[in-house]
Amino acid sequence: MTESRLLSVLVDNKPGVLQRVASMIRRRGFNIDSLSVGPTDDDTISRMTITVHVGRQQAEQATKQLAKLIDVITIDDITGLRNVAHELVLVRMHAPPGERTELLNLVDIFRGRIVDVAASSVIIEVTGSAEKIDNFIELMRPYGIKELARSGVVALVRGDQARIRLMDFAIDGDEPQTEPSRVAGVAGDTTGAV
Amino acid sequence: MLTGAQIALESLIREGVDTIFGYPGGANLWLYRYLPDYPALHHVLVRHEQGGAHAADGYARSKRGSVGVVFATSGPGALNLVTGLATAYMDSVPVVAITGQVPSTAIGTDSFQESDVIGSTMSVVKHSYLITRVEDIAPTIQEAFHIARTGRPGPVLIDFPKDLQAAVSAFNYPDTPVRRRSYPAPPRPDPAKLRQIAELIKGAKRPVILAGRGVLIARAEEELAELAHQAHIPVGWTLLGTGAFPVTDPMALQMVGFMGAGYTNKAVCEADVLIMVGMRCDDRVTTRLDSFAPRVEHLVHIDIDPAEIGKNVIPHVSVVADAKVALRELNLLVEPKREHQWLTQIDQWKEEHPVRFTNHTGLLQPQQVLEEMYARCEDEAIVLADVGQNQIWAALWFSYRKPGLFLNSGGTGTMGYAFPASMGAKLANPHKTVFCVTGEGGFVMNMQEMATMVENNIDVNVIILNNSSLGMVRQFQDDFYDGVRSAVDLTFTPDFVKLGDAFGMKAMSTDRLEDVGRMLDEAMAHKGPVLLNFNIDPDANVYPIVPLGKGMLDFVEAS
Ligand SMILES: Cc1ncc(C[n+]2csc(CCOP(=O)(O)OP(=O)(O)O)c2C)c(N)n1
Ligand SMILES: [Mg+2]
Repeated sequence: MTESRLLSVLVDNKPGVLQRVASMIRRRGFNIDSLSVGPTDDDTISRMTITVHVGRQQAEQATKQLAKLIDVITIDDITGLRNVAHELVLVRMHAPPGERTELLNLVDIFRGRIVDVAASSVIIEVTGSAEKIDNFIELMRPYGIKELARSGVVALVRGDQARIRLMDFAIDGDEPQTEPSRVAGVAGDTTGAV
Repeated sequence: MLTGAQIALESLIREGVDTIFGYPGGANLWLYRYLPDYPALHHVLVRHEQGGAHAADGYARSKRGSVGVVFATSGPGALNLVTGLATAYMDSVPVVAITGQVPSTAIGTDSFQESDVIGSTMSVVKHSYLITRVEDIAPTIQEAFHIARTGRPGPVLIDFPKDLQAAVSAFNYPDTPVRRRSYPAPPRPDPAKLRQIAELIKGAKRPVILAGRGVLIARAEEELAELAHQAHIPVGWTLLGTGAFPVTDPMALQMVGFMGAGYTNKAVCEADVLIMVGMRCDDRVTTRLDSFAPRVEHLVHIDIDPAEIGKNVIPHVSVVADAKVALRELNLLVEPKREHQWLTQIDQWKEEHPVRFTNHTGLLQPQQVLEEMYARCEDEAIVLADVGQNQIWAALWFSYRKPGLFLNSGGTGTMGYAFPASMGAKLANPHKTVFCVTGEGGFVMNMQEMATMVENNIDVNVIILNNSSLGMVRQFQDDFYDGVRSAVDLTFTPDFVKLGDAFGMKAMSTDRLEDVGRMLDEAMAHKGPVLLNFNIDPDANVYPIVPLGKGMLDFVEAS
């Protein structure tokens, strides 16, 4: 049985890292549903949020293989945790001046915004879970979608604590710790399981 | 102030490099311009970059702790390295490849001999770098060597644009060790898990150890032997683990798996506690996955690479650590014991399923040649084998009374590996005898290196087991593909004595057993490379073998 898994990956902000990550996922035969990448508060580090469609054991392989890439600092499988996982969508809707009210009501319900208004169309921005975005798009279809762009998921786990503190990662030359996991929070870690 | 090329060469010396295998071309000529200024770096001009990559691999495998180095120019030169890098990657061999690249200003313009080397090699290297600033050269080389040789070793590629080879900068080699938060040191073994394993060994009725190349990489042969002797646990090995445990030891099983010894497969299938050390457990080991170790109650896997744990078989207890450290610490906890019944059972299987060959034709058998060769190895010689039947025969007849080095391309199965790799092995171990066992098919795949061998008078004894065919493929076709022999005939193979002559390499040939010993003696007495062609029984097959799609216990033996 395959399922969608949400991986949050911190990587060194270096050229080619995206290709290494994407290439590893492809080579091991996993399917990427969405991947987003951007800088973090530390400009030497980028965060990638990856949704892959895999079986459970495969998910563990995927995370371990990714963790092995030299540019990957750490990888966190946050599937099923209490997290905020949001996407952003921009949709250019067919909307001649007389026919905008109904559309605007729907935008309100989805807490969306009009970010551009032109003679016969508008651009709407909505953020939220992938499911919410899917629903919104379905509702927009009958009105005439002219163009659409989705960002892919970005996610953080809820609560006070940062999931990953970089200090936790032994740097070579320091006394190595007992099995510090570079793979945080992998569900179904086979080690020790029957 | 030094040029980038000089900085690179200085850095190699700082990393302990003494030998470079390489081939020049437009994009690495600044490196070659300065190479003669560094006599501490012995450059060996190979005759094909693939040969260079394999030679660097053979160098590194045979001199553990060292890193093999290969140079190539951009485009075609660099792309010729791909198979060699893949070979080193699959077998975890530390190699650093430095490839010339077109000037950084020309990258992306499809300039002459430009290719995306980083992209083309990404999935066959542990890591790679494109140098973009002259100040980065020294730290990049330092980091590349660190990554190649530490943790689970592997090949690292540095793509070095030509303009940066010529650019000048001050040379400061970093005097602090490499620190990268994204590349932590291997973990120490978890003591709780080691205690658990010691308990499992204590309670085991039918324990077996399987050793892979990780034991050799970690130089953990002594620790392995101590564990086996302390608790009287029989030890088998993978193709790449050959040499990790003395073959004549009372606790020795043999190679496991697809073409392993019947008694090893039986032991693995009966085992209640199976301890796998430094191995990947690929399909050549497990055969049909569900047939692998079906009665095991506790599967233990020790490996330095966490991604190997649970990849193919799911262990009950796993330890992620260097094999030497893990075994050393485990040995402190393991109590002496001996399961008499189990060992008696194993001895009985050894008698029932010996590794043996039969001779129905009276023609020279490959194993007879190998027996003569191994009789002259004195448990010391480094033996390389190529790929095909010759490889499996050489592995199964390896007979050392102590750990030794048997090097082959076990992971990728790269034909043409052994001959150039043997050149690296000999240069890394000038005082050791080196034998290169190969088929005639694999030999011709990199036979251009005869010129390199002769030029540098590299004293390797090459043994061609010549069956006038792509023997392993022929055997598969005979047994598993309806007996239709297709594209396997190698009757049109050169006369190797004349070929040797053309290259200036001493060469001899025979098809008679009486000549074998004398020829080997003569080759060993000769100070320089020798080519020995043995025309063997063309129908000799590899046994035991598990038919394709069958399980571990379905092995077919010589009859
Ligand atoms: C580069 C490469 N191409 C093809 C193969 C597939 N292959 C495996 S064994 C073999 C036959 C090898 O023939 P030879 O070198 O004469 O050795 P033999 O099996 O006869 O001992 C072939 C073609 C391979 N392993 N490597
Ligand atoms: Mg052959």
